[in-house]
Amino acid sequence: MSALHGFLGFTLRRTLGAVVTLLAISVIVYVVFYAAPGDVAQITCGQRCSPAQVRQVTEQLRLDDPLYVRYLHFLQGLFTGHDYSTGTSVEHCPAPCLGLSYQSDQQVMQLILAKLPVTGSLALGAMVLWLLLGVGTGVLAAWRRGRLEERILTGVTLAGWATPVFVIGLLLMIVVCGQLQLLPFPQYVPFTEDPEQWAWNLLLPWLSLALIEAAKYARLTRSAMLETLAEDHVRTFRAYGVGERKIVGRHALRGAVGPLIALNANDLGSLFGGAVLTESLFGLPGIGRELVHAVNVVDLPVVVGMVLLTGFFVVLANALADVLFAVADRRTVLS
Amino acid sequence: MSLVEVTGLSVAFGSVRAVEDLSFRLEKGAALGLVGESGSGKSTVASALLGLHRGTGAVVDGSVRVAGTDVGAASERELRGLRGGKAAMVFQDPLSSLDPYYAVGDQIAEVYRVHHPASRRAARARAVEVLDRVGIPDAARRSRSRPHEFSGGMRQRALIAMALACEPDLLVADEPTTALDVTVQAQILDLLHALREETGMGLLLVTHDVGVAAESVDEVLVMRHGRAVEHGPVGSVLGSPAEAYTRRLLKSVPRVDTPRPPAPPAGAVADDASRDGVVLEATGLRRVFGRGSKAFTAVDDVSLEVRRGEALGVVGESGSGKTTLGRMLVGLLEPSAGGVRLDGAAVTGVRPDVQMVFQDPVSSLNPRRSVGESVADPLRARGERGPAVRARVAELLERVGLDPAHYDRYPHEFSGGQRQRVGIARALAAGPRVLVCDEPVSALDVTTQAQVVELLDELRRELGLALVFIAHDLAVVRRVSDRLAVMRHGRVVEYGPADGIYESPGDPYTARLLAAVPVLDPGLAALRRAERREPAVT
Repeated sequence: MSALHGFLGFTLRRTLGAVVTLLAISVIVYVVFYAAPGDVAQITCGQRCSPAQVRQVTEQLRLDDPLYVRYLHFLQGLFTGHDYSTGTSVEHCPAPCLGLSYQSDQQVMQLILAKLPVTGSLALGAMVLWLLLGVGTGVLAAWRRGRLEERILTGVTLAGWATPVFVIGLLLMIVVCGQLQLLPFPQYVPFTEDPEQWAWNLLLPWLSLALIEAAKYARLTRSAMLETLAEDHVRTFRAYGVGERKIVGRHALRGAVGPLIALNANDLGSLFGGAVLTESLFGLPGIGRELVHAVNVVDLPVVVGMVLLTGFFVVLANALADVLFAVADRRTVLS
Repeated sequence: MSLVEVTGLSVAFGSVRAVEDLSFRLEKGAALGLVGESGSGKSTVASALLGLHRGTGAVVDGSVRVAGTDVGAASERELRGLRGGKAAMVFQDPLSSLDPYYAVGDQIAEVYRVHHPASRRAARARAVEVLDRVGIPDAARRSRSRPHEFSGGMRQRALIAMALACEPDLLVADEPTTALDVTVQAQILDLLHALREETGMGLLLVTHDVGVAAESVDEVLVMRHGRAVEHGPVGSVLGSPAEAYTRRLLKSVPRVDTPRPPAPPAGAVADDASRDGVVLEATGLRRVFGRGSKAFTAVDDVSLEVRRGEALGVVGESGSGKTTLGRMLVGLLEPSAGGVRLDGAAVTGVRPDVQMVFQDPVSSLNPRRSVGESVADPLRARGERGPAVRARVAELLERVGLDPAHYDRYPHEFSGGQRQRVGIARALAAGPRVLVCDEPVSALDVTTQAQVVELLDELRRELGLALVFIAHDLAVVRRVSDRLAVMRHGRVVEYGPADGIYESPGDPYTARLLAAVPVLDPGLAALRRAERREPAVT
C-alpha cells in the first residue's frame, strides 16, 4: 500500500516537473525567435511588397505589440484556443493552438500533426533496430571481453558512430537501390495505405539511423555490463558456480537496463522533433524537413511550434523514462 | 583424506607476491582461522580454495585440494561443481555481495539450481527453508524482498543461507562480520557455530579480528606478508604465542576488560580559568532529519560536557546518532533544538577551538593536493600567509610523527595510519582546544590503531586537549576514555566515568553490548556463547 502510494507520488511529482519545464522552454523559445533581429513583415510579405502592404502585414500579425503581450496571447491560445479571421470567414483554432503559419495561414498544429506520422514511423522503427543491433553487440562485446571478437566489435561500432548519417545513407542508397537494385529509391507510403510498402520504403532510413545510434547503445551496454561484472555480487555468483552465460545474461545485463532506458528516452524524444538530415536525404516529408523549410522562410509560428514540440517529446520521454526507471530499480522510489 | 589440503601455495599478482609457500590442512568438520592484518594475504588464500584466481591473471603455484577436487587442475565444469556445491563462500560486505535487482529468495534459488536438478518451485521452497533456518523472520514473505530492504545482519544471514542451500562440506567465510555491529556480529558468529554443530561442515574463517577467531575456530594460522607466522590450536596460539609477531599483534588488540593504563597527570590543567575545567558543553541537543511523516530524530535530547585535558568516549552501534552528535559539537550541523556552549558562551557554526578528525583518512583528504597544503588550509583560512605557514605545517607534521620533508607528497603515497596522522595534523592546525574524533581508527589495522590511539593520548596530555572519541569499538574506546557516553537510538543511555561503566554497566543495553564483544580466551568465549543462548531458550 505504502509502496503504491510512493510510486503514485513519484509519478505525480515527475508530471508536475515536466509541465514546469515545458513552460520554461516556451518562454525561452518565444523570446529567442521573436526578439531576433530581421524584418519579419517584409520577408513574409515578399520582396516586391509596397511599404503599405508591409504595414498591413505588420498589423495583421500583431508584430507591433510588445513581446510579452504577444507571448501571453500565444499562451492563451495554448490553453483556450483562438478564433482567426481570414477576411471572409472566421476559423477556429482549438485548445492547444500554436497559431497560424505566416506563409500558408494553416494552423501550425494541423501542419505538425500531418507530418508527425512520417517522423514517428522513422523514429520508432529505427529505435527497434538500434536496440536490437546495439544491445546485442554490447552484450556480445561484454561476454567476449578481452578477446579478439570484442576488439573487432568495438572497432566496428566506433566506426559507425563516427560516420555521418548522410554518408551511411548515401552509401546504402547507392549500393542497395542503385547498384544491386534490391529496393526502389525510398518514397514515403503511409502505414494506413499499405503496411508492407511502408516498411520496405522505410527500411533504408531506419538502417542508416540505427547504424549510427547502435554504436552508442553498444558502447553503453558494454561499459555498464563491464561495470556490473566488476561488482562484488557478481563475484558471489561466480563463487557459487553460476555459469558465465548466466552471469552475463542475467546479472550483468540487468545492471545496464537503467542507463539504456535513460539514453533511449532522450534519443527517441529528440528524434520525434525531426530527424533533419535523414528526412532530407531520403526525401521523407517529416517534421525535420518542414522545420528546415520554415526556418528558411522565417515562418516563426511554425518554427516555435516545432521546437516546442521537440521539447515536449524530450520532456515526455524523460518523464516516461523516470517512471520506467523506478519500475526497473525499486530503490529509486525509496530515495 | 582431509577436507582441505594446501601444499606450498604461492599466489602472485604481477610482481606482488601475495601468498608465499603456504601449507595447511583442515579436517572434516574442523574450523581454522586465518588471522592477519590487511595485506597479509589471508583473503587471497580464501579465494584460492575456490579457484577464484583462475582467469584473473594471478599466478598460482602449489597444490590446493578441497573435498577431493584438485582446484588447480580441475576443469571449468568440475570447478563450478565445487563452488557452492562442496565449498561455499560468505563474503564481507553483505550489501554489495547480493544482486540489488533480484529478490533474495530468487538469488538463493538460482544458486541451488546450479547444483541440484530442481524445478523453479522446488528451488524457491528450498530458499525459504534455508532463510528460515538462518533466522529470517517470516521467511516466505521476506524471501521476496530485495537486498536493500534487509538490514545488514539480515543480509549476512541471507548470504549464509545461500551457502547453506547446497549443503557444502566447507564454509569459507571472508571477514563475515567486519561490516556489522557488535551485537549483530555476536548473533552471526553464534549462527555459524550452531550450523557447524548441526551440519558438520568445516569452516575456514578469514578475519583481521583476533577476538572473532577466538570465538569461532579450533585452530589459527597467523599470517604476515603472505607467509605463515604461527599455526596451532587457538588456545595455545592466543594464550602463549611463540612468535614475536603474534605477541605484538595480540598486545595491540584493545581489550574491553582491561582498564586503560594510568596516565601521567595532565600538566596544564591548573591554569584553567573556566569553571570545573569544562570547555565544551552540550545541552538538550536534538537533531531531526526530514519533515512530516518522514521525520527522523537522529539525536534526541543529549546533554554532556567535555573538560580540559579529558577524553570523553562516545560509543554506540550504527544508527545510534554518534556521528550526528559529533557534527553538532563541531558546528558542522545545526541542532534542531538545544545548543553548544564553549567556555560557557553559546556558539554556532564551525570555530577554530573545536576541530574534527574524520573516519576515512582516504576520502577526507583531497587526493589532488599535497598533504602539506591540506594541513596548511586551516592556517590560510585564518589569514596566515608566507613562509610562516610552511614552517608551522612542518612543525605540525613533526608533532604527529611524520617527516616534515613529506610536505609535497600526495595522500596516496602514505599508508592508512600515516594518512590519519595527516588528518590529525590538519585538525591541530587551527589551534583547537577540543578535538572531536569520529571513528578515527576504525579503518586501520590493530597495530596501526594502537599507534594512532597513543598519539591522540599524547596530544591530550601534552597540549591539554580535550578529546571526544566517537567509535563503535568498545575496546578501543576503553583504552582512550576518562568518561563514557553510551548512545542508543539517538539518546544517551548511560553517562559517567568510563571504568565504572565497563566494570559494572548500569543500563541493560550497555551490558548487552559488552557481552557481545569477542574475547580473546576461547574458553571464556564458549561460556559467553552459552550465556547468550540462554535467553533464547527461555
